[in-house]
Amino acid sequence: MATAEIPYQETVPLHHPKTWIGKYVFSQDHKVIAVQYGITAMAVGLVALLLSDLMRIQIAFPDWSWMDWFVEDYYYQAITMHGMIMVIYLLTAFLLGAFGNFTVPLMCGARDMVFPFVNMLSYWVYLLSVIILLLGYIPGLGGPTGAGWTLYPPQTITEGTPGADWGITTMLASLAVFIVAFTMGGLNYITTILQARTRGMSLMRLPLTVWGIFVATFLGLLAFPALFVSAIMMILDLKIGTSFFMPAIVSLGQTLAYDGGQPLLFQHLFWFFGHPEVYIVALPAFGVVSDLISVHARKNIFGYRLMVWALVFIGILSFIVWAHHMFVAGMHPYFGFFFATTTLIIAVPTAIKVYNWILTLWKANIKLTVPMLYALSFVLTFIMGGITGLFLGNVIIDIPLSDTYFVVAHFHMVMGVSPILAIFGGIYHWYPKLTGRMLNDTLGKWHFWITFLGTYVIYFPMHYLGFIGVPRRYYENFDSSFYPASAEFLNEIITITALIVGVAQILYIVNLVHSYFYGKSAGDNPWGANSLEWCTPETPPGHGNWGEKLPTVHRWAYDYSVPGSEKDFIPQTVPQERTS
Amino acid sequence: MRKILEHHVAILLGLVVVGSVIFNVWSPWQFTDIASNWEFIDFTVMVTWWITGVAFVLLGLFMAWAIWRYKYHESGESHYEPEHPVLESWLTIITSIGVVIMLAPGLIVWDDFVQVPSDAMEVEVYGEQWTWKFRFPGEDGIFGTTSVKKNVDRGMDGPTFEPNITSLNPFGMREGDPHGEDDILVASNVLHLPIDRNIKVVMRSKDVLHNFWVPEIRAKMDMVPGMITYFWFRPTRTGEFEILCAELCGRGHHIMRGEMYIDTQEDFETWLDSQVTWAEMKAGQTPEEPMVAKGRQIADQNGCFACHSLDGTSVVGPTWKGLWGREITLSDGTTVIADEEYIVESIVEPNVKLVEGFGSVMTPYAFEDDEMEALVRFLQETSK
Repeated sequence: MATAEIPYQETVPLHHPKTWIGKYVFSQDHKVIAVQYGITAMAVGLVALLLSDLMRIQIAFPDWSWMDWFVEDYYYQAITMHGMIMVIYLLTAFLLGAFGNFTVPLMCGARDMVFPFVNMLSYWVYLLSVIILLLGYIPGLGGPTGAGWTLYPPQTITEGTPGADWGITTMLASLAVFIVAFTMGGLNYITTILQARTRGMSLMRLPLTVWGIFVATFLGLLAFPALFVSAIMMILDLKIGTSFFMPAIVSLGQTLAYDGGQPLLFQHLFWFFGHPEVYIVALPAFGVVSDLISVHARKNIFGYRLMVWALVFIGILSFIVWAHHMFVAGMHPYFGFFFATTTLIIAVPTAIKVYNWILTLWKANIKLTVPMLYALSFVLTFIMGGITGLFLGNVIIDIPLSDTYFVVAHFHMVMGVSPILAIFGGIYHWYPKLTGRMLNDTLGKWHFWITFLGTYVIYFPMHYLGFIGVPRRYYENFDSSFYPASAEFLNEIITITALIVGVAQILYIVNLVHSYFYGKSAGDNPWGANSLEWCTPETPPGHGNWGEKLPTVHRWAYDYSVPGSEKDFIPQTVPQERTS
Repeated sequence: MRKILEHHVAILLGLVVVGSVIFNVWSPWQFTDIASNWEFIDFTVMVTWWITGVAFVLLGLFMAWAIWRYKYHESGESHYEPEHPVLESWLTIITSIGVVIMLAPGLIVWDDFVQVPSDAMEVEVYGEQWTWKFRFPGEDGIFGTTSVKKNVDRGMDGPTFEPNITSLNPFGMREGDPHGEDDILVASNVLHLPIDRNIKVVMRSKDVLHNFWVPEIRAKMDMVPGMITYFWFRPTRTGEFEILCAELCGRGHHIMRGEMYIDTQEDFETWLDSQVTWAEMKAGQTPEEPMVAKGRQIADQNGCFACHSLDGTSVVGPTWKGLWGREITLSDGTTVIADEEYIVESIVEPNVKLVEGFGSVMTPYAFEDDEMEALVRFLQETSK
């Protein structure tokens, strides 16, 4: 027993970097890698934000003459790049690459990831994937692919789609490289969580952030290979003329040599990855929000064990619901019964999580800090996005609503805006630990209200555009007999709000940069939080995080307002007997 | 006033919830009026609407209330209670019941949706970038088979084949299939159907994924090349409806529109009688002189007909019908006569003299002299 009590990382030496480059560029420190991931993801996210504003202007004001240059091809390329960047290169990379790297070792009480070199490699390979993706925009080669982020063949590689040669090649290559990067990072998170927890840190004492990242990483490692093989197969179809996904077709008059392939095979592979991907993004956000709510409401998270099991259960179920994205794809109709049922079952553990967040607020002592505002807005946005999922998951309701703006509204609420709100919440929460300085509160609140209310005004009415039958992915809507002209007015409101929200992100960037130099000093534990990252001997934590000896954990992370205790929080490192 | 400022977060979150309800009640943007038998879909939507709507309002308002009621006080203390198994069980049970109430009617309607009544009349929808065609099975009630290629030879030196889908055989009818002869081919994007008949829509695609969708019918389904997909419905009111493509199909996705007229039985039959069968279409095709046939083949293989029709309809580009020798108004307001010089220029440098009302989307084409000559001959001939 005695040997088992010595945490793994106290038995291996830690090599400190000797040069500036080793410390800040090719760093193996998980915190530096987290920042590198974070900055890259945000930078590429800004590109995607810009693309979305261009799309919105085109949708609402197609007649503005200064937008004449924004032709069909640019529009379809913009929707594709916007979707792929946001889902993969921003959300996945930020929640796992940035938050995963920053929180996992600190919250587990580890010095670093178990494989620091592989961890460093993960970032640089990720950066390479981003660069390859952006190579799609090299002028003169036809631009990036405009096939939609779902990349459905045959149109992905036929001439009627922009970027059918160079654009799709860079996209598929970039995805394959990204998956390599993700795998290197993901193996690290899992091994670190399983092997490098400090003494006393049992799995059921881990903060929910770590649980969310843990389950999400498992999903990623099992789901990304499906995307990887489909990317390889599509490259083979494109470059050497195999017919995995290509039946005999006549593309713009040309009878192509392809024969016997199955487009639906790609869709199955894509969504076998694509649906777990939703939870790869959602589960870390769930975890972060759980911790934020508990810390800032000064109350234990309600139903911790159920929260953990709900994460695990959602993770498992997420692998048997994928074909609900394909209810109108033409697959065998009897699949509809199965996938509708599994999809609605997943609503139960998801609803439990929502109840527990809300019940944590009940009889709490709620501090409305900026991170808390983000966490609360996450819950409300996620409820809206979740219940519209009950429409689309129920196969027969999906039939009229599929491929309309209802779907666009649904997935933006549930896996676009919600995780972004959780990311902002997490940044405002952990920035003091990362930099030693607080972010500016006033700027933070302005940024919050504009972003939260703005995105709600953008996406809530959008559901109604879906009900009246406005199809998604249309460059221009023209006048249609089945919807009232006032729908155009709604579109204009949405676009104007989207522009305001887009510009408001400047507040956030200014805040990040300004506070880094001039922010109020944070101290070690500004929020009065329990989990281990707030117990480091230095702020910001040095390389190795903990000094000579790793911390010892005596309790779970949620001992807030324990009756009889002096303060309203008891850090995990405080022994049990000293509480009363 | 101080109280409002103090509790502005709770108030604003509450207002978001209340505002959503008000928007929903007053919104002029509701489900399009239905024109088919699928009222039960709308019913299932309403069941889900109410259950989820009530849940949203309860959860949202509870949250706003809790934020108001339990706002931070220096002296305040939260209630320490890590778990409450009874409450957690009840919430799980109630949620499960709600899910069953939503799912059950959904699955019942789905069962209806996937089983086509035996008396249904069949119509085929054929999608291509970026227009629609339609086919009826004719007197024998059986569709002729189709194929994309003919004379396929999977020899040692790699497969060879000839195209089967051409401007002379736009539907790709397979040669020698007797069921195909009486098939009625509608090579335009206007479809007529009779009211109050069960209709099975079978779908085929020439190139990429498309999706046949008429919002008022509620039903939609993807069209997948290499596969035949289907759905069924019964039109319940006459009138003109818009056909949309609901699956991204390339740069012309948004212009892939069509019209569907729901007629009385007599009107429908009159319209159907005016359409040609495959046998009639073939009979109407007089043999072309070699130069014209070659020009047609070049136009076929280069995809000209994806944008330029031969029957007078405007698709992406101007129609070729009646083009030769006509006076054409250009986008800058000037006019030009469509002679050989103009036509050749429009092929080689298509964006120099744009026809009024059309965008600059065509890519320049370079042809050998004899090919160009054949193409011009074909254009001249087909313009008549």
